[in-house]
Amino acid sequence: MKQNYNKPLPKRLLDKFAPTFSEGGKLSWLHSFYEAMETFFYVPTDVTKKGSHVRDCNDMKRTMFMVIIALVPTILFGMWNIGFQRIGGADFSIWQNFWFGFWKMLPSILVTYIVGLSIECAFAQIRKEEVNEGFFVSGILIPLIIPIGTPLWMTGLATAFAVVIGKEIFGGTGMNIFNPALLARLFIFFSYTSSISGESVWFTDGRTGATALGELANTGQLPEGFSMLDAFVGNIAGSIGETSTLCILLGAIVLLATGTASWRTMISVFVGGLVMGGIFNLLAPAAPVTPTEHYLALPAWQHLLLGGFAFGAVFMATDPVTSAQTNAGKCIVGFMIGALAILVRVFNTGYPEGMMLAIIFMNALAPVVDHYVVQANIKRRNRRAKKTVNA
Amino acid sequence: MSKVIKLKKGLDIKLVGEAEKSVIDLPIGERYAVSPLAFEGVVPKLLVAEGDKVAAGDALFYDKAHPEVMFTSPVSGTVSAVRRGEKRKLLAIEVAADAQQTYKQFTVKLDKASREQVVAALLESGLWASIIQRPYGIIANAQDTPKAIFVSGFDSAPLAPDMNIALKDDVEAVKAGFAALKVLCPNVHLGLEAGKESVLEAVEGVEKHYFKGAHPAGNVGVQIHHIDPINKGEKVWTVAIQNVAIIGRLFLEGKVNMVKTYAVTGSQVMHPQYVRGLVGSSLADVLTPTRIKPQSGGSKFRIIEGNVLTGRNAGANGFMSLYSSQVTVIPEGGELELIGWLAPRLNKLSVSRTYFSWLMPKKKYDLRTGLNGGVRPFVVTGLYEKYLPMDIYPMYLFKAIMAGDLEKMENLGIYEIIEEDVALCEFVDPSKQELQALVRDGINLMIKEM
Repeated sequence: MKQNYNKPLPKRLLDKFAPTFSEGGKLSWLHSFYEAMETFFYVPTDVTKKGSHVRDCNDMKRTMFMVIIALVPTILFGMWNIGFQRIGGADFSIWQNFWFGFWKMLPSILVTYIVGLSIECAFAQIRKEEVNEGFFVSGILIPLIIPIGTPLWMTGLATAFAVVIGKEIFGGTGMNIFNPALLARLFIFFSYTSSISGESVWFTDGRTGATALGELANTGQLPEGFSMLDAFVGNIAGSIGETSTLCILLGAIVLLATGTASWRTMISVFVGGLVMGGIFNLLAPAAPVTPTEHYLALPAWQHLLLGGFAFGAVFMATDPVTSAQTNAGKCIVGFMIGALAILVRVFNTGYPEGMMLAIIFMNALAPVVDHYVVQANIKRRNRRAKKTVNA
Repeated sequence: MSKVIKLKKGLDIKLVGEAEKSVIDLPIGERYAVSPLAFEGVVPKLLVAEGDKVAAGDALFYDKAHPEVMFTSPVSGTVSAVRRGEKRKLLAIEVAADAQQTYKQFTVKLDKASREQVVAALLESGLWASIIQRPYGIIANAQDTPKAIFVSGFDSAPLAPDMNIALKDDVEAVKAGFAALKVLCPNVHLGLEAGKESVLEAVEGVEKHYFKGAHPAGNVGVQIHHIDPINKGEKVWTVAIQNVAIIGRLFLEGKVNMVKTYAVTGSQVMHPQYVRGLVGSSLADVLTPTRIKPQSGGSKFRIIEGNVLTGRNAGANGFMSLYSSQVTVIPEGGELELIGWLAPRLNKLSVSRTYFSWLMPKKKYDLRTGLNGGVRPFVVTGLYEKYLPMDIYPMYLFKAIMAGDLEKMENLGIYEIIEEDVALCEFVDPSKQELQALVRDGINLMIKEM
């Protein structure tokens, strides 16, 4: 085949292998993968055929990629924190801790991407559609929210479950009801409760101890020496992504400044959490005795810094597909997520973290909320019609 | 001045290639054409054959479903070609123009005519086709009496013509046109741009409304929604402002004089300015005085009859239809762009703040026809709403259309929109869907089933 050396290298390679991957070629069953590579390197050269002749230059790839950029501080910090939380981690340098965490986390990132993208490609091939970008985000979210000690086979299985049952059977990205990354975590928690139970899974190298939420669930009080500043900065035990509220806030700024995530959802989750926490503070007796009474007295703002609350609010609740789709719905659903998360935390002591359940639950209810918002619009329209008839 | 209706939603797409404020009169060209494809939902029945002589205003074809609606020749001359496509589909009827124009005479005078006579004159002259019914955006039914007639007095689309220039010699014709519309329905509304002098202030006897805001503030559908929205079972009519002038001339001059002023715009036009010529003019003629920039190294351009959002890809062999008042020539896209989804792309326009165009609100862009991404299902929410200034949930309406759910479509406002109203939603859509075509499919389904 004649090579055109005027073209840049990736284009030459893509052109060279195009026949192999197209219909009739040896690897035509990998066409969706080839197409994904092609659109990764080059903006599709398609021109408009119907309708508007010019189009905005934003596309799904860029939208999804913004979420990854927003996750970068959290990922980097999380890697460092893995190293820092190991036995004697405080004695190592920042770089040593970071590399330790990097090598701990890399396998699970690779496993989620390989498993998830293979399934995505297979489904895209069957449907004769392009591979969707949605999994770029899910694939990095999953390692960030599962315990660091999760065996790789479990990570892979959970990813496969999330992609197939959570997404593809509904028709793929854009059609799913539940947040795929949260489904992966849910899968692990309910399928392998015994093998990852106990508190040790949050740590590496055999160190044991309770996370702040675990301790709260047991005693209603924070562990001794636990500082809220640590919870904000994030050098505490927990899922890789969830500990540093500071890094999550940096991500939130990226998401809100670029308009990638809905500020309505994000803010109403925090408001919901504060309101519910505030109600509990009012209910708390002056001299708490039982763990629940102690837990009720935990200042509302501290709830927002603990566990997966902030991470869920910023990166999970704002998923445009599984959250509410109307503006009013976003406010309602966001508020409910925040409120429910705190409710589950305080009253379901068998299960320390309420955020995941709250989001999954509201994912299921979001279409109902939207239905009533849209129904109000329909009612307005019908009332208007009636008024004109009577006039 | 009456109350100003302020629209907060919308977007002005700023493009290079705005028309200079001078108007060039086109001489009579060689060939003119009328294409049935420009008329939504019309099944044409041919009335002429190649070689027939016609005067300006003589019928070329009629609508099979509404035989009273004629479509007439804008010029006098000889039918030179009847162009057909696959399955003998009628594409265009071309007329070679006489050097000396002759006109079919119409004798109806507005001050003495009854409504029936005015309707009959419009039907016979081919100007009835300029009256568009909402819902559905199809040619009005001559048996109906509408709730009201709406005319938008300004165009807010990208690079759209300034009606003060387009209509500066047509004020009397416009007045007569509005007088004719008032015979059809006494309730006539005219939408004007707030805070701007307009030659249309001279029009009397109509209800004027003032709109302030970005595109689509000039879309008549948006104006209807804010003045007196269309409810189920109601019909309103709309007429493009330049076609009001053509209707006026029928009664003033007693002949079909389909002259219009076109803004010839776009980055690839060498001398963008206004051109005055007949409906049916060939794009080659329209583009003769303005010229197209010489193209280097195999780069291509697209000639759009209309604006970049809603126009038709007419090609160099195309003709101006009754409904457009603009020509836009922009470069074709399809250039190679390495990892564009990641690059900063400073010279590209986006409403998304993942790009930087929001920092340069005054900058004018030279947009190409690239799709700029792959087609995806709906993912992003809350975006379309910002570009449709109506009390409508666009995504729910789109999904109802996709599902073919007639009751939902009706409930969610299909009667209030046509393609042009969702053109901006289509422009901003990161999922790159064809929303205007979708809306037309939905409307066609409604027409078929209701």
